Amino acid sequence: MSGIDGVADGIAIVLVLLGALLCLTAGLGLVRFPDVLARMHAGTKPQVLGVLLIMVGGAIRLQGWSATWMLLLVAVFQMLTAPVSAHMISRVAYRRRHVRRDRLLVDELHTGERSDRVYRGDEPADAPPEEPGRALAESRREEQAEDGAG
Amino acid sequence: MTAVSWAAYLLLGSGALLTLVRLALGPSLLDRVVATDTLLVIIAAGLAVHAALQRDPTVVPVLVVVSLLAFVGSVSVARYIGGMLIHSHLGTESPDAEPPAGETGESR
Repeated sequence: MSGIDGVADGIAIVLVLLGALLCLTAGLGLVRFPDVLARMHAGTKPQVLGVLLIMVGGAIRLQGWSATWMLLLVAVFQMLTAPVSAHMISRVAYRRRHVRRDRLLVDELHTGERSDRVYRGDEPADAPPEEPGRALAESRREEQAEDGAG
Repeated sequence: MTAVSWAAYLLLGSGALLTLVRLALGPSLLDRVVATDTLLVIIAAGLAVHAALQRDPTVVPVLVVVSLLAFVGSVSVARYIGGMLIHSHLGTESPDAEPPAGETGESR
């Protein structure tokens, strides 16, 4: 019942293993990357390509059209919703200064000199919004302390 | 077959553990949102791997529910943080409190 018989099952198992490997790379990227945008970039790997590969593998392995249509529904739904949620999360992340601006190559939302350059992007959830204020001064002080220590 | 299932579940499980590490560490709320989203997608992928390897189509409707739940959860928390953004404008101090001097050491 659950054995491997034929070329199609071999292809399906290779696809499933590739999808699982993409899930592992997503976890690694989530742990290793420096700020919210990069982590979201890593976390989108299982969301689109990994789930797509696993769905194709499952559609090959499972008999019956109902399961295939449902897997196709899941794949299409992921491809529709991943850009929406990524857009919303990244917009809020930019506005709440969870972004390391020294890592950005193009910053089209940059508005004048008021945007800070010292903030490290890895701030707690109650970090201040657009106007830096006291927290920016604290982060500068912290940077100077770290430079003095190191 | 056993080796394939062990390998697939090992990869998925270590990915889920790493997302749990980020969920525990993550300094901001948005990191946790991203980690939860990824964790739910990995759970859906694990269900799909089970369905594919055992030829068991009974868990396939659960996949639809889990992926929908991940989307709704991440979007609602993102909108909630956007609402916090509006309200917390009132409590910030003046941005001119510190002169922008000595900014040469930010090469990290």
